[in-house]
Amino acid sequence: MVIGLEHYLTVAGVLFTLGILGIFLNRKNVIVILMCVELMLLAVNINLVAFSVYQGNVTGQVFAMLVLTVAAAEAAIGLAILVVYFRNRGTVEVEDINAMKG
Amino acid sequence: MDLAIKLIVLLPLLAAAIAGLFCRVIGDRPAQIVTCAALLIAAALSILVFVTIGFGHEKMFVVPIASWINSGTLEVAWSLRVDTLTAVMLIVVTGVSSMVHVYSVGYMAEDPSIPRFMAYLSLFTFFMLMLVTSDNLVQLFFGWEGVGLASYLLIGFWYDRPSANAAAIKAFVVNRVGDFGFALGIFAVWMLSGSVGFDDIFAKAPQMAAGHFMFLGKQVPALETACLLLFVGAMGKSAQLGLHTWLPDAMEGPTPVSALIHAATMVTAGVFMVCRLSPLFEMAPLASSVVTLVGAATAFFAATIGLTQFDIKRVVAYSTCSQLGYMFFAAGVGAYSAAMFHLMTHAFFKALLFLGSGSVINCLHHEQDMRQMGGVKEKAPQTFILMWIGTLALSGIGVPFIMGHGVGFAGFYSKDAILEAAYGAHSTVGEIAYWLGVIGAFMTAFYSTRLMFLTFYGTYRGDHHTWDHAHESPPVMLIPLYVLAAGALLAGAVAAGWFVGEDWEHFWGTAIAVKATEHIIHAMHEVDTWVKLLPLVAAVSGIALSYYYYVVNPEMPAKTIRAFKPLYTLFYNKWYFDELYDAMFVQPALAIGRVFWKKGDGATIDGLGPDGIAARANDIAGVLSRFQSGYLYHYAFVMLIGVAALVSYFMLFVR
Repeated sequence: MVIGLEHYLTVAGVLFTLGILGIFLNRKNVIVILMCVELMLLAVNINLVAFSVYQGNVTGQVFAMLVLTVAAAEAAIGLAILVVYFRNRGTVEVEDINAMKG
Repeated sequence: MDLAIKLIVLLPLLAAAIAGLFCRVIGDRPAQIVTCAALLIAAALSILVFVTIGFGHEKMFVVPIASWINSGTLEVAWSLRVDTLTAVMLIVVTGVSSMVHVYSVGYMAEDPSIPRFMAYLSLFTFFMLMLVTSDNLVQLFFGWEGVGLASYLLIGFWYDRPSANAAAIKAFVVNRVGDFGFALGIFAVWMLSGSVGFDDIFAKAPQMAAGHFMFLGKQVPALETACLLLFVGAMGKSAQLGLHTWLPDAMEGPTPVSALIHAATMVTAGVFMVCRLSPLFEMAPLASSVVTLVGAATAFFAATIGLTQFDIKRVVAYSTCSQLGYMFFAAGVGAYSAAMFHLMTHAFFKALLFLGSGSVINCLHHEQDMRQMGGVKEKAPQTFILMWIGTLALSGIGVPFIMGHGVGFAGFYSKDAILEAAYGAHSTVGEIAYWLGVIGAFMTAFYSTRLMFLTFYGTYRGDHHTWDHAHESPPVMLIPLYVLAAGALLAGAVAAGWFVGEDWEHFWGTAIAVKATEHIIHAMHEVDTWVKLLPLVAAVSGIALSYYYYVVNPEMPAKTIRAFKPLYTLFYNKWYFDELYDAMFVQPALAIGRVFWKKGDGATIDGLGPDGIAARANDIAGVLSRFQSGYLYHYAFVMLIGVAALVSYFMLFVR
């Protein structure tokens, strides 16, 4: 069986949907939300690389590298915020984080 | 001469400005010195002006200062008009005011805000001088309102006392009623004569007397109406029957204020105004009859209340009210010179009585209830003698038939002149006024000596701590009393000839209505001897009865009260005027106010108006804000739905 573009796209779509569902259905932990965001970014990366190979154009792969950098930075900052938040409030439960309430 | 007149009027204003505006910088003592000095200078200059005008050949000075209002045909100028009438008032105002200023240095020595008090006193004097020197009705009104303001400020001087604030507001509001009439009167005079200057008005008086108004489809005589309206103003300021209720309450102010404003000067402004406008009132017989009747009724009515009161200042206050009634009925029958004569003598002896009462109050550590007094003559012998002089002058005691027309205290001349004039007028209202006046003279003698006997005789009835600390007043308070006592002793004997005697024509010039005065002075000398004697008999019997009641047989007052219980209750409760006004005006006004507050403001404006709209916006915002749950996944979900909707839209409709 030849593994074609559609297989890559399917995996990426599944991963992306998993990420979205993880954000919405997760009611426990903010860290899980962060992980889900990472998951979605990786799904996008798979798409980028897959299209890049399919089209024989290296731009997509370069862009994937950029997204990875951003994802790393985002994870670092996000976790740092979480640590500070936990120190201040003593919790990272999603249910408890509603300071933006009107 | 012009400079002297300007200085008399403006020095008090300058002193008030210095003491009032810079009180924190200059302190208590300089404020007292500045105001007292300004007033003493003004008083000295007033004597100069009085002598020049009363006995010189030039009978009138008009000092123009500036133009004030110039609108169409209405022209009003600031200018000072000094004729004999004004010169008399200048003597009274600056004389009493300077004495009261000096007295206040002693009386208010322990008060925390002395400069403010002195500034108010001087400001009052300035307004009063503007009033008496005015050349036109508008400037007169300016002074009129100014003294009302000063009166308000001084009645409420002790602003931490609710009763003083209430009394100040009452005085202001009751005076508004009178001032409304006065303002309408000025409008009427302007409409009829096209001018507000006194000379122009007087020149047009005969035309005005013939004119008519249309009011509610009826013809009313123009000048009578105008005079009645002006008299309403005088009634308010001079506390005549109906608009008198503020005067007794005004005693909440410090005693020097009562002496200056509510006895000697401001309350006589109404009498002054009627005399000033005598050429108009002379042509308005109906209005003059009303003036006579109201004056006579007040003279009687206030005296009945004075019989029963126990607050030493209130007795004197009702006495003032009653004496003002005498002045008004004198003016009503045309004896303007007699009214002014009584105004002048009354200013001296009533200021003396008030300041004497202040001395007693000061002596007994701010006790005003005569039931808590007695035997004070031991502690304050000088005040005692001075008060007797004031009392005898008020009662009108004298010895008739010696040295021409008799010799006596100031009131003896002026009150007799008034009563003779009332009888000599040979009119029904004049006779009513005469008899009410004689009964009033009896009651005046009774209540004023009652005050003396209750205060100075017998044994002390208050607590002994106060008695041990009781002391005669300091010289700074006694010297003004001596000066005023000299006035109360001599003013009548000296001035009778000028005011109502042989020299009146030269003395008055054209300052008061000449024809009416000539007629009435002639009539005064014609009346029977018994008419002249009766007031004196009434006064002496009043004193004798009072002596019997309060010294010989102290059981008598209680017995009399039991015998005439309903009458006593009526008098003691001041004929229920306050209660009547409370039920007629105050309570309805409060009820209307409550309706507007609850229904108008609360229900309509707050419920429906701006506040209502604001409240609805708030409610809707509250509902909307519930969408902002604060949970991150809700926002993300909404974003997702948004993206889905957008994508769907582009896929379905945009090709």
